[in-house]
Amino acid sequence: MIDVINAAALLGNFLVIPGLTYGSQLALGALGVTLVYSVLRFSNFAHGETMAFGAMLTILVTWGLQALGVSIQPLPTALLALPFGIIGTIAFTLLIDRSVYAYHRQRKASPVVFLIVSIGVMFVMGGLIRFIIGPNDQIFFDGARFIISARDFKRMTGLEEGLAIRMTQAVTILTAIVIVILLFWFLNHTRTGKSMRAYSDNENLALLSGINPQRVVMITWILVATLATIAGTLYGLDKSFKPFVYMQLLLPIFASAIVGGVGNPLGAIAGGYVIAFSELILTFAYKKVIQYLTPDGIEIESLMQILGTDYKIAVSFIILVIVLVVRPTGLFQGKTL
Amino acid sequence: MTPLAAFRTYRTPILFSVMACMLMGVGLLQSWGVALTILNMCLISAIMALGVNMQWGYAGLFNVGIMGFAALGGLAGVLVSMPPVSDAWQAGGLGIGLGLLITFATVMLCLWLWPQINAWRSRYWIICAVILTGYWLLRVWFDPGVDAIESINPSVTGYLGGLGLPIVLSWPVGGLFAAGVAFVIGKIALGLRSDYLAIATLGISEIIIFFIKNEEWLTRGVKNVNGLPRPVPFEVDLQQAIWFQDLATRVGLDLNDASSIFVKLCYAGLFLLVLAILLWFSETALKSPWGRMMRAIRDNEVAAAAMGKDVTWQHLRIFVLGSAVIGMAGAMLTTLDGQFTPVSYQPLRFTFLIWVMVILGGSGNNWGAVLGGFFIWFFWIQAEPIGLWFIDTLTAGMDPNSAIKAHLLEGAAHMRLMTVGLILLIALRYAPEGLIPERKRL
Repeated sequence: MIDVINAAALLGNFLVIPGLTYGSQLALGALGVTLVYSVLRFSNFAHGETMAFGAMLTILVTWGLQALGVSIQPLPTALLALPFGIIGTIAFTLLIDRSVYAYHRQRKASPVVFLIVSIGVMFVMGGLIRFIIGPNDQIFFDGARFIISARDFKRMTGLEEGLAIRMTQAVTILTAIVIVILLFWFLNHTRTGKSMRAYSDNENLALLSGINPQRVVMITWILVATLATIAGTLYGLDKSFKPFVYMQLLLPIFASAIVGGVGNPLGAIAGGYVIAFSELILTFAYKKVIQYLTPDGIEIESLMQILGTDYKIAVSFIILVIVLVVRPTGLFQGKTL
Repeated sequence: MTPLAAFRTYRTPILFSVMACMLMGVGLLQSWGVALTILNMCLISAIMALGVNMQWGYAGLFNVGIMGFAALGGLAGVLVSMPPVSDAWQAGGLGIGLGLLITFATVMLCLWLWPQINAWRSRYWIICAVILTGYWLLRVWFDPGVDAIESINPSVTGYLGGLGLPIVLSWPVGGLFAAGVAFVIGKIALGLRSDYLAIATLGISEIIIFFIKNEEWLTRGVKNVNGLPRPVPFEVDLQQAIWFQDLATRVGLDLNDASSIFVKLCYAGLFLLVLAILLWFSETALKSPWGRMMRAIRDNEVAAAAMGKDVTWQHLRIFVLGSAVIGMAGAMLTTLDGQFTPVSYQPLRFTFLIWVMVILGGSGNNWGAVLGGFFIWFFWIQAEPIGLWFIDTLTAGMDPNSAIKAHLLEGAAHMRLMTVGLILLIALRYAPEGLIPERKRL
């Protein structure tokens, strides 16, 4: 019996908690992509860089606060800097929209043209980020490292395996829950949110009933910039900030949005967790777990790993392919914003 | 005729002569060796741009995976031309062969099984079970084979090697590799929403690169494959050949320079030949009824479908064709480099730069794509010195030890990223038709 609990703790430590954390980050990212898709009707390739941009601004403010000696122990200072990062990112995104996207929107360009434009934006942003903060790793985490460390857990329960909860993981999951609740409340219960949904559902009908399209677009970018900054900062806190990594996050984020059904916020959240857990489940080495669950004396030679960790990126692609083949409309088809 | 109208009429020859003058300028000011190096890369870029232009210009398909297809071409260069490593074949060939056989059998079994059980409730579980069993069997045979191969003389070989055939053969083979992958991807993503193809190709190109970096038994991974055979003579051999020494003295060049220029000219001749053949085919195809159909599909899919054209099938065909051209160019690039370095495949350089070439050159126009390939490559190479010079001049008044100056100089390297993005944005806004617009046809 104790072996089963040990195995469960092991899985919880290396699979469930990291999966929830990574899933929350992906879900927040995919929500941004989905919002752009359903309101502005294109796949925003610049989303990864928007996340990096938001995270960068937050890091810069965090450094400033740290230099001033401000801190909110045991929480990371970055949380305090987050609002500044969000405001900066909103301003920047609106500027980009005004100077770049607005023109093509006016000409009613096709979604593919928008997609290429977003790639151009991605490069400009990427260049700017690398110019300002450099291409290297930046660690900006401070505050307490663990809420429960593995050693404490072992002492409390007397188990062999520790179940650690890191501060960043807890912060990530809680923030994601709060943000998602706020977002859904906004979309479903406020006038602005309803007008956004109406606009995404049927543009012409929305325009006829007097909804101001410019306002809807602006609100969308504000939401997208907010979500992107939060997702980017949480990811940076949890792993580390490296501009290049955010470009690679694009694929899992798109996969999450498509798995859930593009344009469907609920789907984006579900998709985020599906992708995160699949990645971890397929690349986890089950050797120790199986050792706990099998009778003593059985030696397992291999790592019992389905896929090498190098192929993490392939997992989201495989799931994307499966969804495109089996159910191109995603898990939650038919429901949009 | 006003000058502007004259420019419009003779746009293509004028722009191409400007390009020629720029290359000449490099030849006269820097050196002819440099000019020829740039020219060779321009030719390869032009071929890649032609392939992308087929997909985007003829059919409106957005392929973000150019890097992956080019890398497949490069892989073909290794697999065709390198000598086989017989020890590795003996040690692990059986395991690898069985593994590939099992993969093939599993895929075939799934494809055969699927229509049979399509009505069953448990169909997904059955397919899943088949795939997992196949995968497990594959690992059982494959892993020991891989270990055996990689342990044989890892510092020199550690991989299976190639077939030892002439490297020029790898150009069509690279095209075939890319076409095969493009077929699978197209089959999955075409016929759905247009941006799914973009996302799917983005994914597959990343995975191809990961595959090439990690599967050392096939590609040597990050250890690179050096010393690929060449389709042209080596400089050293030329320098010892008597006829070449005579030639060099007659032209009045130093023997070293002459041999290097001669080799580069040989490459340029080969590439030019390929480019000319491809251009001829593309132009003929565009003028044919088939080209007309492709344009009809691009401009109005619904109307073309109403006329009885199978839009998805035609999209698949052109996607495969364009990817094959890109794969071929990838193989040519590896041939020119003489080595296969997986880390050198960067999306900016291999995917988006090619995109800028097509869009700036003129999507839908083959000559435009070729010109774009030349122009953009030329500036890509010259941008770094220009950027450095620019920052240097800008910060000339600053203290040479100041942190700001150091930061700016360091940042100049990332200016390329931004410049590519800016060019893309500006071209899409102010010159969406490109330098040589698509010809209006009646």
